Amino acid sequence: MKGHVFKYQDNVDTDVIIPARYLNIADEKELAAHCMEDIDKDFVKQVKNGDILVAGKNFGCGSSREHAPLVIKVSGISCIIAETFARIFYRNAINIGLPILECPEAAAEIRQGDEVEVDLESGSIRNLTQGKTYRAASFPAFMQEIMKADGLINYVKGQVKA
Amino acid sequence: MGMTMTQKILAAHAGLERVEAGQLIKAKLDLVLGNDVTTPVAVHEFEKIGVCCVFDKKKVAIVPDHFTPNKDIKSAEQNKLIRDFARKMEIENYFEIGQMGIEHALIPEKGLVVPGDVVIGADSHTCTYGALGAFSTGIGSTDMAVGMATGEAWFKVPEAVKIVLKGKMGPWVSGKDVILHLIGMIGVDGALYQSMEYCGEGVKALSIDDRFTIANMAIEAGAKNGIFPVDEKTVDYVKAHAVKPYAVYEADKDTEYSRVIEIDLAGIRPTVAFPHLPENTRSIDAVGDVPIDQVVIGSCTNGRLEDLRVAAHVLKGRKVHPRVRTIVFPATQKIYLEAMREGLLEIFVEAGAAVSTPTCGPCLGGHMGILAKGERAVATTNRNFVGRMGHPESEVYLASPAVAAASAITGRISSPEEVMK
Repeated sequence: MKGHVFKYQDNVDTDVIIPARYLNIADEKELAAHCMEDIDKDFVKQVKNGDILVAGKNFGCGSSREHAPLVIKVSGISCIIAETFARIFYRNAINIGLPILECPEAAAEIRQGDEVEVDLESGSIRNLTQGKTYRAASFPAFMQEIMKADGLINYVKGQVKA
Repeated sequence: MGMTMTQKILAAHAGLERVEAGQLIKAKLDLVLGNDVTTPVAVHEFEKIGVCCVFDKKKVAIVPDHFTPNKDIKSAEQNKLIRDFARKMEIENYFEIGQMGIEHALIPEKGLVVPGDVVIGADSHTCTYGALGAFSTGIGSTDMAVGMATGEAWFKVPEAVKIVLKGKMGPWVSGKDVILHLIGMIGVDGALYQSMEYCGEGVKALSIDDRFTIANMAIEAGAKNGIFPVDEKTVDYVKAHAVKPYAVYEADKDTEYSRVIEIDLAGIRPTVAFPHLPENTRSIDAVGDVPIDQVVIGSCTNGRLEDLRVAAHVLKGRKVHPRVRTIVFPATQKIYLEAMREGLLEIFVEAGAAVSTPTCGPCLGGHMGILAKGERAVATTNRNFVGRMGHPESEVYLASPAVAAASAITGRISSPEEVMK
């Protein structure tokens, strides 16, 4: 996957990813129209399919709302790279099949607008703009299986039938 | 090497002799919980799995508490969806308006969680039940769906931060001040992916309500769970509320922790978290002059009877500042009734505060007390993120019920010591 980067700071919380005032909306496209609006009004106007979100530490802290990784995925973001993720966001992203990578060096050095290519299998992150390559820690096999199934529901569905 | 309390509970529910930090396990669940915001998504995911019914009608709880009593048509539709699901699945613990409360006050009160349980809830403050020596943690809607279908969830076994409490809290200091003080020390990711395990002789002096407040905000330090040892107070609480059997787990003496923190409770002052992170804490003595527009007393963090008693003690015979809107939210119907019988509600109304039916309402900027641009609130809630209680340019200051009540009277962030002179 390859795309341009939207870069954010530390401790981006799920209240700014999708404010609670919109959580009465059931339609995911309508919901995604408000993604990041309290910290970046231009995000939804500028984001293109395949783009990559890069952030500092503790990305997705706060509420357990799965609407947060969902609106990021529906917006077209193909992958999130952060120094660290808050734990509920981390498992929600895996459970809904939104690729995430923890890589402190990449999170620190990649800049807004850089073009970045990610290979999830190897954990390789290539910053095409700056000409630098990073390696994120790979996921345990179990989590990779969930992501390969495009989320926990498909993974469990396979097991329930078997 | 020994195991932490959390690790022992997880091992027992995974059918394993022992587990280690970092290990991925599947654990059996004693309760799966959801609310009116997260359950609609879970119901859609549940239906995709293709099972006929939930794994156990007694072990699923659904509490509509966020946008209830329903604030608009969209919320009413969402609530109808989960109400219909609860009926179809014959879920025994669906709590309708009139019986409900804020989920994390209601679930222990109804005896649905006991020491040694493993509980997942599609609400980040599910970690509250660690106060009773249970492992409980927040998860998302997909985990809730799979939990309802299979009765199991996957976990990465956490390592732990050990928090040794000693001494006794001074006057006007409560569990809220303890947890704000601690988050101020370690930061909002200070216990990321880890358990916060409390111990030490200081635990004994903490009431169960104080422990609920402290465990409730484990998530604000990034933790997977916060957990207290089971003592006489826990057993008394559980016997008064629950009928199901419980199991007591203790951490091994030779357990290794990622970090050990000692806190002298006597040294903690009333503490306030400034916008826009719970880690931006200041002692009440260093707050300065901060005029406010609104006070919110309630939430899953501080809407219990002890919280209301302290607030009423401060407000009794006094008046809310004319510039301040003060709203009090008893967390459950039972707490509401007890507060009424004790005369607390009368004190609030006499003082010029509004008293609401239980709801999460303003805590998450849902309804019942939304802030306009530039407004400031002192709230006994748990988060002060950008836009949390309304406009992105409004501000939330987190504090205890005592500080909130004192601030309601003076119109600026104040110590109860100042008001009660």
